[in-house]
Amino acid sequence: MPVEVSRATIFVEGKPFEASATTNLLDACLSLGFDIPYFCWHPALGSAGACRLCAVKKFANEKDARGRIVMSCMEPVVDGLRISIDDPQAREFRASVLEWLMASHPHDCPVCDEGGECHLQDMTVMTGHVYRQYRFKKRTHRSQDLGPFVNHEMNRCIQCYRCTRFYRDYAGGGDLAEFASRDRLFYGRHEDGVLESPFSGNLVEVCPTGVFTDKTFKRHFTRKWDLATAPSVCVHCSLGCNTIPGERYGTLRRIRNRYNSRVNGYFLCDRGRFGYEFVNDAKRIRKARLAGHGSTDGDDETREFLLRRAAEAVAGPHQAIGIGSPRASLEANFALRELVGAGRFYAGVADNEWRLTELALKILRGGPARPASLADVRLSDAVLVLGEDVTNTAPLLDLALRQAARRGPVEAVVKAGTPDWHALAVTDLVQDARGPVFVAATHRTALAAVAEEFLLTPDETARLGFAVARRIAGEASPGDLPPELESAAARIARALQAADRPLVVAGVCGGDPAVLRAAAAAARALSNGKRKAGLFLVFPESNSVGLALLGAGSLKDGIDRVMSGEAGTAIILENDLYRRLPAGAADRFFDKCRSAILLDHVHHATAERAGLVVPAATFAESEGTLVNAEGRAQRFFKVCPPPRGVRESWRWLCDFARAAGRREAAGLRNLDDLILAIAAEFPELAGIREAAPPAGFRIHGSKVPRESQRSSGRTSIHAEADVREGAPPLDLDSPLAFSMEGAPGIPPSPLIPRFWRPGWNSVQSVNKYQAGIGGPLRDGDPGRRLIEPPASTSPGFSVDGPRAETVGAGEGLLFVPVYQIFGSEELSVRAPAVASLIPKPVLLLHPDDAVMLGIGSGDRVELEVQGETLSLPAKITAEMCRGAAGVPVAPSGALGLDLPARGKIRTVRKP
Amino acid sequence: MERPLTQNIRPGEEPLDLKGYEAAGGYRAARKALLSMAPQDVTALVKASGLRGRGGAGFPTGQKWEFLPMGPDAPRPKYLCCNADEMEPGTFKDRLLMEGDPHQLVEALILTAYAVQAEVCYVFVRWAYAKSARLLEKAVAEAVEAGLAGRNILGTGFNLDIRVHSSAGRYMCGEETGLLNALEGRRASPRAKPPFPPVSGLFGKPTLVDNVETLCSVPHIVNNGADWFRRLSLTGEGGTKIYGMSGRVKRPGAWELPLGTRVREILEVHAGGMKEGYAFRALLPGGASTDFQVELDVDLDFTHEPLVGSRLGTGTSIVLDDRTCPVGFVLNIERFMARESCGWCTPCWSGLAWIVKTLEAIEQGQGRPEDLEILDRHVRDLAPGHTFCALAPGAVEPLGSALRLFREDFERHIKEGRCPWK
Repeated sequence: MPVEVSRATIFVEGKPFEASATTNLLDACLSLGFDIPYFCWHPALGSAGACRLCAVKKFANEKDARGRIVMSCMEPVVDGLRISIDDPQAREFRASVLEWLMASHPHDCPVCDEGGECHLQDMTVMTGHVYRQYRFKKRTHRSQDLGPFVNHEMNRCIQCYRCTRFYRDYAGGGDLAEFASRDRLFYGRHEDGVLESPFSGNLVEVCPTGVFTDKTFKRHFTRKWDLATAPSVCVHCSLGCNTIPGERYGTLRRIRNRYNSRVNGYFLCDRGRFGYEFVNDAKRIRKARLAGHGSTDGDDETREFLLRRAAEAVAGPHQAIGIGSPRASLEANFALRELVGAGRFYAGVADNEWRLTELALKILRGGPARPASLADVRLSDAVLVLGEDVTNTAPLLDLALRQAARRGPVEAVVKAGTPDWHALAVTDLVQDARGPVFVAATHRTALAAVAEEFLLTPDETARLGFAVARRIAGEASPGDLPPELESAAARIARALQAADRPLVVAGVCGGDPAVLRAAAAAARALSNGKRKAGLFLVFPESNSVGLALLGAGSLKDGIDRVMSGEAGTAIILENDLYRRLPAGAADRFFDKCRSAILLDHVHHATAERAGLVVPAATFAESEGTLVNAEGRAQRFFKVCPPPRGVRESWRWLCDFARAAGRREAAGLRNLDDLILAIAAEFPELAGIREAAPPAGFRIHGSKVPRESQRSSGRTSIHAEADVREGAPPLDLDSPLAFSMEGAPGIPPSPLIPRFWRPGWNSVQSVNKYQAGIGGPLRDGDPGRRLIEPPASTSPGFSVDGPRAETVGAGEGLLFVPVYQIFGSEELSVRAPAVASLIPKPVLLLHPDDAVMLGIGSGDRVELEVQGETLSLPAKITAEMCRGAAGVPVAPSGALGLDLPARGKIRTVRKP
Repeated sequence: MERPLTQNIRPGEEPLDLKGYEAAGGYRAARKALLSMAPQDVTALVKASGLRGRGGAGFPTGQKWEFLPMGPDAPRPKYLCCNADEMEPGTFKDRLLMEGDPHQLVEALILTAYAVQAEVCYVFVRWAYAKSARLLEKAVAEAVEAGLAGRNILGTGFNLDIRVHSSAGRYMCGEETGLLNALEGRRASPRAKPPFPPVSGLFGKPTLVDNVETLCSVPHIVNNGADWFRRLSLTGEGGTKIYGMSGRVKRPGAWELPLGTRVREILEVHAGGMKEGYAFRALLPGGASTDFQVELDVDLDFTHEPLVGSRLGTGTSIVLDDRTCPVGFVLNIERFMARESCGWCTPCWSGLAWIVKTLEAIEQGQGRPEDLEILDRHVRDLAPGHTFCALAPGAVEPLGSALRLFREDFERHIKEGRCPWK
């Protein structure tokens, strides 16, 4: 919260220290670097006073030698406060608390998935509880099956309430609760079943012991200290949450959160946490394949062969086009652009989506509303979401908006004197009060739980947005809204205007340019005067913004070039054109294309059609830069070297370019060369140089080790082949080393490969990396914002945005996309755990429309749209707006279609 | 001797209905206050009377009322909650008042709500007190019918919606903030204090929580004045108290007596002394969560009880005789306390469970010499301030005093490997 940080002097063991006066004593002491053990307190969840572990001695004044025991998490910092952490009575009491907690704990550390990074282990050691006096039976529980993501072992529970406080109070989940009482408290569901919250995976990190553990990790478990880790960025949506992937023996084992106070903070969504297994997919492209020749093998041979073929294709008589990718790094896209030439570089994105992406970027660049970060979102006190189902397109934005929904009421409580860290008191005072959050969407979204939601077609949503903008700007309404929406617009406008930090959210996935313009107009109208309005635009993929910043021709233009015969070769970067084009159009394209070269890691329809398939590294085996929806450039680093024969896309492309004799590519030999070339050519992207230190960066001459100091069995890993210890693989592209040797201590924040400090083996060690608990990492949060619009209003977006470009005008039924957190995103659906949760595709229809169309619930219907025919069962629900049918963006759904679009519908079979 | 609280109570007979209650002078105080006193005057009167909470903690009642924000800017609605979740072992005084004279409580609610300007009142009755709830509901309905409760009471414009809430009931519901959570439909865990209920109570609004017996004194204070009330007691603390006594006494029961009556008088005169063949050994003066005392010549009130190491609590004593095993006695209490722990804070949910298992082992002859040290440590560790609420500190009051007073009995259990009373 943007409060003035008043300071206080506190005395710890008689010595004075400066601390923030707006926090609690535990937070202050941890910020000062003291070790006070704790369980129930969590920096994002606040104080609960339940576990009683953070006890310290508090003295009334200088003369008071007796003092009294207080819980540091419940004690506000006040000037002159005198405490002792080392006081013998406080120590004895803390050891007692640990002994109580361990009374029924199963002591199954050797077989526990939490072992080695267990906060309970750490705290037990820290308090010095080593001798067990409890000699009676332990209480036992039956654990539950909570679905494919989270493993449940209730017998390890220490009843700290963190899980339910996160799941219910922070994330708004309803199906995890505490049951029973006394020493038999049970945290679970009312019955076995899949946890409903899309943020359930955070339980794994929130739980201080092994009750909730990562079930996907369990399937290929390895001891945590044997994992190689590196700083990475999530590739499963446009938010760019910071992650720490862990690898061993060439298998990606798990994803953990990498704290970034401006982006994801302490939490990830389940798609980001559990979608990683596409990297391990058995069907992944690991070998080069030439149509008619089968797959090739042998590193050098393959490489030479590929270079020759690619060079022939590029330099040959048939001109080559490049099709870029919104899920490939800036460096890979740039390398492709260098290979084919800027004029022949096309966006590998459906045309409408590309137009919208460019429009959204233009809006962000134009200002004056700032592109909001997720941290800004969490602190917003009034929100208007237009036409974007963020829970399913950018899940962590949902979590951030839930915090925004509480922000106003929480601030009112804080103003009245209750500190915001005092979670229990705040909850009691806030009750069910929620600040103003309004959502206009084509179908009921999860945010309806904290928002006033309007179910509207995209066209109506745009008109509502413009009406809000006009009212804020003090202009008359054009009168094109029904009365109930007019009054809603007035209400929304009032709420946004009354807020200190209003926020407008929209996105490209909704598919309507008028909605984007309406959002821009509302944000601009709000940005008059002193008020700072935020604008958050969701983009479809992890590097949609980066691709748009590089600029590219539309896919249609690229396709036309091939279809007209002007170009004969297409080099396709990390892309499945069958997701970008209707299947028929894609088929015709490949029929016509003389030579299609695909660089990718996941197998898909395009790989089936490409003449040459080049195995590319995934995010886990390559480095590069992604630009998130906020416009923040963030570098990800490889966790392990690519498998034999696989290389980073950018490396292949640079080599192709050199092999083809392209002079521009002569100097592009490593990642830093590409970064510098991009910065030189695109001033707007110059900031990517500062996203992370270059490869030459050293700490006292050493690189940053990817393996932990605790790594075991280093020399025996390959002993079955060779007892000699081989040299670790070289990494010429980053300051990280594939080794446990290197600079100890805390590296610059973009290079932090894991959170660990002596005595703090769990994720709680992040405290030691922050400049103050819950604040930025010590030398600033990683990433570099690229888009900082002018604060003054720029011309170009009037409140009366042109209405003509509203898509889907015309005859027939309007089909709109319905995104799914599990199912819509290309990579995560290849993770078995995620795949198991993809809902069966259905067509959503409002009951009124269903009656008009003569369609009953469960009827199988056939849609004809954009030349494609889709067959789906119909679901009749009032959770869909009138006047549009919702088509799931998922396999056997709207993939490859450019929705919204109009088309035909007919019933083919009654159930 | 004046017995204002129980003057209308005839054991074995149905309580007075509205007509009977009014004929006995009832609702005079409500009329007087609502028609001729300002709310603050009622509070001032109660404060001057020296009335202190009868639920166990003994907080000055008028002072608590003053904590509620008053005036046009005060948050609304304000709530009054009557704590009728009487679940302290050995305690049955509130039941007597609710079953014996429900209109007295209803009148008290009207007066109290008027004083703090509360609009909604909940009477939180434990499920086992079904008869109390039924009688109260009837009394409330009669009062509403007569214009004494509900909308525009006595034409003054003051509104009070009184609701009788039968709770599922837990010991924790008797803790005022646990009660508020339960009323809100949440777990009956205690809340963090501060903020206290007068600032942040039911549904986050200013709320006054008072015990049945406390409230029942209010009509009489309004009728007869603060000085009269102060003079009722023997020791200057004001008012009468419903004392109770159970155990192996000749006539267990509850009696309204001046506050400050001697323990010996309650035992020997009102309870008729010990049963034949049983000798007095000690007693818990105010429910299960007070310290044992062996002294009988002590005034049972807020000031004098601490001088012998215990406290008034609810004022309803449980007597330990010479033929009952003190270890078993304490075990019985600790079982109750451990069972009723809400599970919020570690010392309580884990410490009490450990205490119970240790006492069970001792009682069954499985005790070890180090067990007494473990129990001592728990008494130290479950001190006030170490736990989230007062349940666990209260729970170790009988344990700590038993370890002190009956240590030889504990040691015999361990040494002989059996309970000497069996």
